[in-house]
Amino acid sequence: MGKQVLISGSNLERVLAEGHFAVTVEIGPPMDCNAETVIQKAQLLKGIADAFNITDNQTGVVRLSSIASAALIIEEGLEPVMQMTCRDRNRLAIQSDILGAAALGIKNCLCIAGDHQSFGAAGKLKGHPGAKNVYDIDSIQLVSVLKGMRDNGVQQGGDPIEKRPPLFIGAAWTPLGDPVEIRPLRLRKKVEAGADFIQTQGVFDIERFSEQMKIIIEMGLHEKTAILAGIIVPKNLGMLRYMNSSVAGVTVPDSLIERMEHARASAGEDKVLARKNQEEEGIKITVELIKQVSGITGVRGVHIQAIEWEHKVPEILKKAGLVPRPVLEKKGG
Amino acid sequence: MIVAERKTLNEIKSFVDNYRKLLIVGCGTCATVCLAGGETEVKVVASGLRIGFLKEDKEIEILEDCITRQCEPEFIEPLVEKIKSQEVEAVLSLGCGVGVNFLADKLENVPVFPGVNTKFFGAAVEPGVWVEMCAGCGNCILDLTGGICPIARCSKSILNGPCGGSKDGKCEISPDVDCGWKLIVNRMKQIGTLHKLEEIIPPRDWSTSHHGGPRRVVHEGLINQLPQE
Repeated sequence: MGKQVLISGSNLERVLAEGHFAVTVEIGPPMDCNAETVIQKAQLLKGIADAFNITDNQTGVVRLSSIASAALIIEEGLEPVMQMTCRDRNRLAIQSDILGAAALGIKNCLCIAGDHQSFGAAGKLKGHPGAKNVYDIDSIQLVSVLKGMRDNGVQQGGDPIEKRPPLFIGAAWTPLGDPVEIRPLRLRKKVEAGADFIQTQGVFDIERFSEQMKIIIEMGLHEKTAILAGIIVPKNLGMLRYMNSSVAGVTVPDSLIERMEHARASAGEDKVLARKNQEEEGIKITVELIKQVSGITGVRGVHIQAIEWEHKVPEILKKAGLVPRPVLEKKGG
Repeated sequence: MIVAERKTLNEIKSFVDNYRKLLIVGCGTCATVCLAGGETEVKVVASGLRIGFLKEDKEIEILEDCITRQCEPEFIEPLVEKIKSQEVEAVLSLGCGVGVNFLADKLENVPVFPGVNTKFFGAAVEPGVWVEMCAGCGNCILDLTGGICPIARCSKSILNGPCGGSKDGKCEISPDVDCGWKLIVNRMKQIGTLHKLEEIIPPRDWSTSHHGGPRRVVHEGLINQLPQE
């Protein structure tokens, strides 16, 4: 990819445009209004990634809003990727929040459908499974709406926008989701709709992911969008097994599960040691996965998700040789 | 058809506890076919209520009826006359929500209660199992999706699916729910129209659905055929 005109003033965009291997890291906001929780995570992670995703009521659980959390981490000197689901807002609320986000200095937005609200009650929490969902527009339509706002200066309904929101537009992709043969086509639709960057569902099965990436390269999509491979940090055997059996689009190869089994078993009866061993193995696996995906043609960065384990991310990225991050001079924007 | 499910006797009884003369009216069309509110169910509910009231030493007179359709004046008007002439104190409709509404519109001071929960527009996929297939959104797009509806059959009503939540052909909300988009993809493959999915379906106009307010359909042809007063 040659030099291109920067459209958003986003650091993530600049890092990608200059040909660096990009790193984004996910931050989950708290279930209360404690700004300190977000700020502490921001301080812990500052400087280790090019941008930081803020989840939007992830798994259908009410949390401090994505837009407010994003504004809080800007104060700390981090660049947010505001996640925006189609589950909770209609097109009026979405566009209003986009204008608000841009006014607050948010420069990246990830457009996603959002987990169904029934997920909120799937674990230990009660959630709001009885909530009415919205899905006025879907994630691909959301991408196109943002592109229309940014590039054409129009709202979805057709009214003009005088000061356009300069956003770097992202979308998610589940490369191994079912039905797998439709996934490359769906990525193409996201790219055609206007996705500047893609963050994938967590990749564990490097072989099958590589196969999908080959198709993407044949389609030329890797040149039209920047694909960041998703990396979920496995904390223990239970989590790895759960992701394999229950998380859509995620398959974990037996070899990784066996490694984790071994890590646990090697501690014998010592539960504390078993936990420590699994955590260490999880970090080792993560670092390996990062190195493996970075070797796949068409992958231009990684997106790290360490769910409620964000403090381990600096260590992981150091071991993967991805810090320090490039510090780039701001131009325009 | 419109698929409904009978409410529990306890809930029904709580509605009509304070009335002494009740009419239970079934509907001979959809509610009959889905075994929620036809002639048989009217008898079952009436017997259940009689036993319930008897246990409490309460007296209640229960009339039973079942009309062809509760959604048309030709069937409902004679019923309204009957309710008035027999001084029925309350009506329990085992028709779908349309029947309850239509009766309520016409019954002035006589209360109408629902005896069923109206669920959806669906089909019987096997004996005793009905599945939602149409959302009545007012602007059919089935030409674009191989005849399988993404609005009714995808949990997120996504028009450019499937989302990332599909697993082994099932939706992320439950292993009992088929992924509507998997059905669409399979169907379009079958009929050789998978390429149609390459086109992005733009945001749709939901004003044709309930989001545009309560709807009405006017058939000009029929209106013009009617004798002028």
